[in-house]
Amino acid sequence: MTALDPAETYRQEAQELLEQLEQALLDLEHAPDDTDLIDSAFRALHTIKGSGAMFGFDAVAAFTHHVETAFDLVRKGKIAPSRELIAVALAAKDRMRLLIEQPDTVDTTPGDAILRDLEAIVAAPEAPIVPEAPSSAQAKPSATTWRVRFSLAKDAMAMGTNPLLLLDELRTLGVATIVARTDGVPPLEVMMPTDCHLAWDVVLTTGQPRSAIEDVFMFVIDDMELSIDPIDTTSDATRIGEILVDRGDVRQEAVDAAISSQVALGTLLVKSGHLTEDKLAAGLAEQQHIRVEASAAKGAAKAAGQGADSIRVPAERLDELMERVGELVIAQSRLTQVAAASGDMDVKSIAEEIERLALALRDTTMGVRTVPIGSLFGRFRRLVHDLAHELGKQIELVTIGEETELDKTVIERLNDPLIHLIRNAIDHGLETPEGREAAGKSPRGRITLSARHAGAEVLVSIVDDGRGLDRNRIQARAEEQGLLAPGVKLSDGELFQVLFQPGFSTAREVTSLSGRGVGMDVVKRTIEGLRGKIDIASTPGSGTEMALRLPLTLAIIDGLLVRVGTGRYVLPLSAVEECVELSVEEDARSRGRSFLNIRDDLVPFLRLRELFQASAPADRYQKVVIVSSGDLRVGLVVDQVIGNHQTVIKSLSKLHSGVETFSGATILGDGAVALILDIAHLVELGMAHESRLKAAG
Amino acid sequence: MSPWNGGRSLEVLTLGLEGEIFALEATYVREILDLTPITEVPNSEPFVNGLINVRGKVVPLADLRLKFGMEQKPPTIDTRIIVIEVAIDGNPAIVGIHADKVYEITQVAASALEETPRIGMRWRPDYIRCIGKRGADFIVVLDVERIFSMASSREEPPSAGYPSPQLSAA
Repeated sequence: MTALDPAETYRQEAQELLEQLEQALLDLEHAPDDTDLIDSAFRALHTIKGSGAMFGFDAVAAFTHHVETAFDLVRKGKIAPSRELIAVALAAKDRMRLLIEQPDTVDTTPGDAILRDLEAIVAAPEAPIVPEAPSSAQAKPSATTWRVRFSLAKDAMAMGTNPLLLLDELRTLGVATIVARTDGVPPLEVMMPTDCHLAWDVVLTTGQPRSAIEDVFMFVIDDMELSIDPIDTTSDATRIGEILVDRGDVRQEAVDAAISSQVALGTLLVKSGHLTEDKLAAGLAEQQHIRVEASAAKGAAKAAGQGADSIRVPAERLDELMERVGELVIAQSRLTQVAAASGDMDVKSIAEEIERLALALRDTTMGVRTVPIGSLFGRFRRLVHDLAHELGKQIELVTIGEETELDKTVIERLNDPLIHLIRNAIDHGLETPEGREAAGKSPRGRITLSARHAGAEVLVSIVDDGRGLDRNRIQARAEEQGLLAPGVKLSDGELFQVLFQPGFSTAREVTSLSGRGVGMDVVKRTIEGLRGKIDIASTPGSGTEMALRLPLTLAIIDGLLVRVGTGRYVLPLSAVEECVELSVEEDARSRGRSFLNIRDDLVPFLRLRELFQASAPADRYQKVVIVSSGDLRVGLVVDQVIGNHQTVIKSLSKLHSGVETFSGATILGDGAVALILDIAHLVELGMAHESRLKAAG
Repeated sequence: MSPWNGGRSLEVLTLGLEGEIFALEATYVREILDLTPITEVPNSEPFVNGLINVRGKVVPLADLRLKFGMEQKPPTIDTRIIVIEVAIDGNPAIVGIHADKVYEITQVAASALEETPRIGMRWRPDYIRCIGKRGADFIVVLDVERIFSMASSREEPPSAGYPSPQLSAA
């Protein structure tokens, strides 16, 4: 690695600080009294100024100085963080970014204008602003920690209650620490295996009210023991003795007696018979939970502290690491194959050990490459904020699942498509406040960004509660533009895919934001480039959902290995729907028409042998692998379906860029290279094939 | 006097293709491998229709015999794959080259290098960088960048994006 350019280091650091500043400012708008946020903003400004001066960014330092002075006054309570101040500060933040990225900017006029605005605000004594009406989803309600203790009726499980579901539901409410108490379990000889002997202690930190916790037990509450008590979490130094007394598990005198003997308190109480092991374990878990919560609260307070125990690594080193691990996985699968053939027990056991290590290393490395999607969602808050002002709409942005992790490359490439989708949702989806009130909705529109894991995929959705898509208009417009045959009946999903056609637009007028019909096709292409999918669902009057399905990582996929002639090929398993046999009669019959009847659905199929000009004799029983891309299905006729294969994706060199049937290559267990089929392209080929046949017939 | 290579001698790897001796500048060569299993890429250009595994990397395999109108005979015990690092239209890439036989790495003195004759050549002159004399034999030094840039763009001649050797010297 080359010597670090200090200016570059400063730029990177400033980038993060500016983001921190922006977040703090946007939060302040909703919670102007939060001194932590004011401090966070002030600290960011202070560091930008200080380091700026140190690294020769004098313009930045000089400019930031004024903003910092203003925030110093805010910090001291001399002026209030009014909405005007925040707006100016956001403008100032953009100015700082510009100054940092282009230090040679000579035109100081915009900067001076910002500073004048700032001065005007600082000079005028302001009435503190009233925070916007707190909305349940965005303004974070203060969380309470509850102690929930419950045991179910003995016959609860026989009656069909699953305690796991109750616990899962509790977990969805907030941060929960769950401890099962087993002291109620009788000795084996008298135990009824169908009875529920366990009891649970749950320490739950949630913003939801007590009633939400009670609702979890709604159906079983009659026959159970349940206690829900709030816990004071203000001090993180709560000691186990205090907790146990507070829980009523042990008396104060017993604790005092134990403390005086200065051994681990819990152990002593158990020994002396004042306490059972389980109750102690539950108590300790509660202590841990409170500590974690308290330190989390502290961590949130000092946002700058977040990076304290992380290191900065250039992205290409991570790519290199992933590549090495990919090579290791391939070498390891060769070793496993050789070891299995050798019959030497020692070699076999080493091979197994290495397999375990290699897979663990692979998972860890993939984990290192992933980053929480929250870093991406955070960027959109400003976008929504600005668009709301520009369009005169009231918008609330709700984000869910920010902790969901995705490969960093995927996250980077998601930025532009998501910006586009959010803009569309705000511009086309959400109505004006008046329009919303007329429709009987709250004047404040809502955009929900959510992310969650589903198997090897991550689902990202952008939901608005606006007017929804107008089916008829889209269909009419698509027919007008010749994208659809007149009068065809399509499902919502199929029809809405029209929106992704290049040049399609139904907007009544073109705005600065959207309506030009440019972009949705690019969005779809970008998502498909990430091996993802995008679907639209919409309910007229109540909103639209754009659902993106993305693979966890770009580097390794699950594949299905097939053989065509002598060549072996990998199909991405996520695209495979089913495998069927092509019977000899069907094979003979289908020579002319190449359609397959799959449960009364006609599916066109491609003979890969013909496509690849395989010369080796065909297997007697040909197999058909049905693959899908979007709503389209195509059968691929192969000689043999070999099985699953962990596929480390290698890109093809430029020399093969003309070959569109393959999206990449991989290395098999025996060291041979296999090509990965490009499903989207094959489906297109199949469709073209189908329409040719239709035209001919 | 040879007008290029600064009057220094040229280090080359000599290889055999259908009995002819060709040479590659040694600076391109990464390694020489025994024949490994080759995966065919259906519907690709015949000249680069193979892929091989070079220690965990997927590398395209080129058969120069097709560029020189030679017959593709089955591999023998002498068949080798020369792995080279070459700029394809300005981007560095790793490519394998099929060779019927690999001889040696040798120095060709600057005085023994001659520019490609305009006529009397059996091969396309743009694929050839220069001719070296060694005793009574001639060594044909290949211009690999030119060969591969054409293979990837399929257009003549390569754009001026990177330096190409000047054959018509002053």
